[in-house]
Amino acid sequence: MCTYATMHCDVDGSGKGPNGAWLHVTHATVYFDHPVHAMADHTLNIDLTDPSKGPAARVALELTAESARRLVAAIEEAMASVPAALTV
Amino acid sequence: MSDSLSATTVHIAGAGGDQIEAYVARPDDDGPRGGVVVIHHMPGYDRATKEIVRRFAELGYDAICPNLYYREAPGAAPADAAATARAQGGVPDDRLVGDVGGAAAYLRALPSSNGKVGVIGYCSGGRQSVLAACNLDLDAAVDCYGAFVTGTPPEGMPMRNNIVDQLPNLRAPLLGLFGDEDQYPSPEQVAELTQILTDHGKPHEFHSYPDTGHAFFAVDRPAYRVAAANDGWERIEEFYGTHLKG
Repeated sequence: MCTYATMHCDVDGSGKGPNGAWLHVTHATVYFDHPVHAMADHTLNIDLTDPSKGPAARVALELTAESARRLVAAIEEAMASVPAALTV
Repeated sequence: MSDSLSATTVHIAGAGGDQIEAYVARPDDDGPRGGVVVIHHMPGYDRATKEIVRRFAELGYDAICPNLYYREAPGAAPADAAATARAQGGVPDDRLVGDVGGAAAYLRALPSSNGKVGVIGYCSGGRQSVLAACNLDLDAAVDCYGAFVTGTPPEGMPMRNNIVDQLPNLRAPLLGLFGDEDQYPSPEQVAELTQILTDHGKPHEFHSYPDTGHAFFAVDRPAYRVAAANDGWERIEEFYGTHLKG
């Protein structure tokens, strides 16, 4: 089914986007729904975007539920593995 | 009937008179013939949906698919447009009805039109197909596994409301195609829809396929089920052949 649920957050960083070009990303949307490309019925989808640069300014991820959870854990682990002063 | 057809992109008046993009496929033969409005799924106005539009032309109908995300993302790639529209809250129900109404009017204004127009939608579009048929003068509607026509969205999820309150206004016969293994809509939700339509004397024909889940028509996805999709297409041909001929 289409879940309609969409989470939003501001972000600040860069992503490698269309045509291999880097772009400054300011916004993230996160949702669990049908993917466009991944071979799964539903995936955890993340769009990192710069809305001011139009729809194509997007870095997209489609991850199976299990791999999305692994990614979250790996992000937390990476953040915890360095001195807290570096991550302020 | 020849299977020659032509397909192109046009702009039509959608909800509120907004000019929106639409993909049109038409048989090369002279009419008169019926028309079909194809409502794309949430992933967008994509290649797979345009293939469906061309298939309806091959079957002898003037067919059109309005780009429901054109306002948010004109000219964008389908996946980028879908992401942008989603980030902005998705397609409101009233706008959907206006866009489908504009697409139906476009079809009826074609010189080849016999005046009859059907609608079909997949996934989120299945719900939108029923919604359109409750609010517009259409001649036949097809719901392919649309969730939340009936049933209650899980608590805490900001899904679209069901449209049970609108079902008494259904103006067209409804063909429903579902998978027995689907959870949204579940067999219980399909049974609820059957009961409501029966209670209100609304003509309907439902088929639910064994060993089949959601999105079984989607040839580019792992949910594709060839037996269900092939039979589903036959049911659609028969249904539209009955209700859109003339």
